[in-house]
Amino acid sequence: MGPKKHKSSILERKKEVLKGLEDLGASIYDQIDKGNFPSLDMPSRSTDNITYDEQIRQFILGDRRVRRSVRNIRHLKPFTQLVWAALFSNELSSQRKTSTLRDVYYSAQAYEMTFKDQQESNNIITDLETILGFSREDFNIFPEERSAVFGDLTIEYTVPGYEGKTLDLTSHPDGVLIGPALTSSEFVRTSADKVIAIEKGGLFTRFIEENVHKKYNSLLVMTAGQAPRATRRFIRRLSEELNLPVYIFTDGDPWGMHIAMVIISGSANAAHLRELNTPDAKWSGVWATDIVNYKLPTDPLDEMDMKRLYELQKDPRYKDPLWRREIKTFMKIKRKAEQEAFSRYGLTYIVDEYLPQKLEETK
Amino acid sequence: MAQQTFEEISAADFFYRNRDIAGFTNPSRAIFVAVRELVENSLDAAESHQIPPEIYVRLSYEGEASQDTQIYKLRVEDNGIGVPPRHIPSAFGQILFGSKYKLKQQRGTFGLGGKMAILYGQITTHQPATIVSSTGISKTYMYKLMIDIQRNRPLIVDRRVLINKEMWRGTIVEFTLEGDYFRAMPKILDYFKQTAMVNPYANLTFVDPKGRLYKFTRITKEMPPPPKETLPHPYGVDVELLQRLIQITPYKTMNEFLRFHFHRVGDITARKFLDFSTISPSKNPKKLSHEEIVRLMHMLKRFREFLPPDASCLSPLGEDLLKAGIVKELKPEFVAVHQRKPSTYSGHPFIVEVGIAYGGEIPKKGVFLVYRFANRIPLLYDEANDVSFRVITAMNWRRYRVMPEMPVAILVHICSTKVPYKTVGKEFIADRPEVRKEIANGLREVARQIQHFLSRREHVDRERKRLGIFSKYLPKIAQFSTQLAGREKPPDIEKLLASVQKYGAEEA
Repeated sequence: MGPKKHKSSILERKKEVLKGLEDLGASIYDQIDKGNFPSLDMPSRSTDNITYDEQIRQFILGDRRVRRSVRNIRHLKPFTQLVWAALFSNELSSQRKTSTLRDVYYSAQAYEMTFKDQQESNNIITDLETILGFSREDFNIFPEERSAVFGDLTIEYTVPGYEGKTLDLTSHPDGVLIGPALTSSEFVRTSADKVIAIEKGGLFTRFIEENVHKKYNSLLVMTAGQAPRATRRFIRRLSEELNLPVYIFTDGDPWGMHIAMVIISGSANAAHLRELNTPDAKWSGVWATDIVNYKLPTDPLDEMDMKRLYELQKDPRYKDPLWRREIKTFMKIKRKAEQEAFSRYGLTYIVDEYLPQKLEETK
Repeated sequence: MAQQTFEEISAADFFYRNRDIAGFTNPSRAIFVAVRELVENSLDAAESHQIPPEIYVRLSYEGEASQDTQIYKLRVEDNGIGVPPRHIPSAFGQILFGSKYKLKQQRGTFGLGGKMAILYGQITTHQPATIVSSTGISKTYMYKLMIDIQRNRPLIVDRRVLINKEMWRGTIVEFTLEGDYFRAMPKILDYFKQTAMVNPYANLTFVDPKGRLYKFTRITKEMPPPPKETLPHPYGVDVELLQRLIQITPYKTMNEFLRFHFHRVGDITARKFLDFSTISPSKNPKKLSHEEIVRLMHMLKRFREFLPPDASCLSPLGEDLLKAGIVKELKPEFVAVHQRKPSTYSGHPFIVEVGIAYGGEIPKKGVFLVYRFANRIPLLYDEANDVSFRVITAMNWRRYRVMPEMPVAILVHICSTKVPYKTVGKEFIADRPEVRKEIANGLREVARQIQHFLSRREHVDRERKRLGIFSKYLPKIAQFSTQLAGREKPPDIEKLLASVQKYGAEEA
């Protein structure tokens, strides 16, 4: 096990976030104080301003910027909502409380700041992310938790009431939720030398039962479908701070393939944010070629699957030979297979045979 | 071969047999027309001497006539000029006798309506009518009359002379008739309301059979100048009129005949016309043959050099009174009125007055409220056939920001020596191109005014809303940013609010 890398990364980041929020408030305050209509600049998030950056291997926003000015009556309400959202985040962060997007929507009503719907309040939070360059989890606004982690990693909480307490992530056999408390924890020590991310809860449980964490010296992460941002950021921290390689196992279909891709290269929706992706992570399966090589039981690709494949083919993230080959193979065989399909060779086959071969292959 | 019998019938008999054409079609219509005709006579009687009218109408229930009809007593009192005693029997008991055979704008055309009402009452209830009148002298005359239908003669049932100490002046008509008031009620009430609208100088009181009192009070004593009597214009004559004039003329030459019997014909015009029509100026009009009379009429219509009739014989309400009447009865938020210059159709002068009113107590109906008037008489039936209604329907109101769902009332008043009614019932006006054009131009004028009003109001609304939004959000932005920046007191937003207001004012 290596030394702890970023002991104070969490607290540092919290400070930066609070500073960012306060500076935003001060900027608006000063503009009004000088008798000007306050305005804010931020990069445009419209699709024609999103480009894929080969260097950092994720989507980024281009140079085009938009201005929100209070002089414009149409900007007045969203601007007020934005300042309110910043204040709300500030209060959450400084009181060390967490909240959800749904909470934001309802909390606004206490300030006579109504949002038309959830979408409107979500957009305002995204604006705030864009302006400050932090993701909403940094403002203590979290989505519903559904992904989990298991394995030999000891963390140290920073949340109020738990400061300094540690937890061994093998202590609960169902895994530990990747929620606000875990994502704001510092990593203390680990004996693992890799991270295995798994799309589905069923297989995650199987891996724990089959002692994959011991057999392959790994941390197991269950993404529960498309990985939430907090989970993507958590995987990146595992990779970056603990210097661990990441292997991703998904279903063998275009959707599974894309779950892996978003962990690796991020999404266009999060083009205004950094450090949510893990560019060095590997998609280890299930590949289309695995379906052929392992003679897996399959279902035919339906119309939606094929349409999705054509979209992925044009996606700049899919330009590496491996991805291109797999897309082509899917199109050729027109079949897909779930991770559970390996059960045709017995329940342990996937752990004993398939997993080591693929880890080796994608090393 | 069967022998055919010819008989001459009196005018009274003729109308008795054809009462439909005067509007007495059914019991509900009959009671409406009776009220209307008598009120109009009373208004004319007062106005002709510039007396602000004071009219009291009472309908009282007398008994059942049949399942659907009742017998009512109708009493109408006015403060008009009164009828000289010797004329009373004929004026109220002889059809086609009257004072309305001159060319000037009047409500009634032939002096027929009031007598038709009395005749109708007599037919349905067999009761005499009571007339009380005084011209303001020390005596008042009371007659009880019936009409001898076959002979068209008044029958005097009773006659009394009363002392008139107060020197009261006016006329009271009272008679019984069959009718259906409850079906006629909405129209009768509409009639009073609309009459009050175009006669803002009149006091109208109506007591209905249930004892309910409706009072329409004048808001001014100012009245439009009375119309002058005028000679017929050459373009408007027909053979019948020519023959009548020839019969009565004292003049011995065509030149004189033309000059003294026609409007807008002087010596030079008469000579030019006679030259144009190759009629000798010295010809005796009484010597004209029937064919020559027909030819004369055609030539009169063809000659291009007659000046158009002047409008001194017309008595439009005028923009001020029209506006006052609309404001009084509709209580709108905005009103625009316009009077067109006099125009003519077929030799008859006419003037169109229009008004448009918005908001206030005008209801939203999804369609425009249309008020039509001719010579200050409200027209209440057959709206869809009326020229005004057609012009209003054909107009592109959206261009003027006027939508049917708005509370809008439109008023059209046509006054003329001969209103081009399409039927004898005087309910709607025929679609004459000249009349149509004047109505359309008048409506465009008031439409422009309402457009200006509406867009200005919209602008003010927008600015008020705009300021409201700024006043709502700016304090919040100030408050939130103060807390966020950790400052003590919120920044001053008054300057920003003031500039929003100033910005709005500049735009207005």
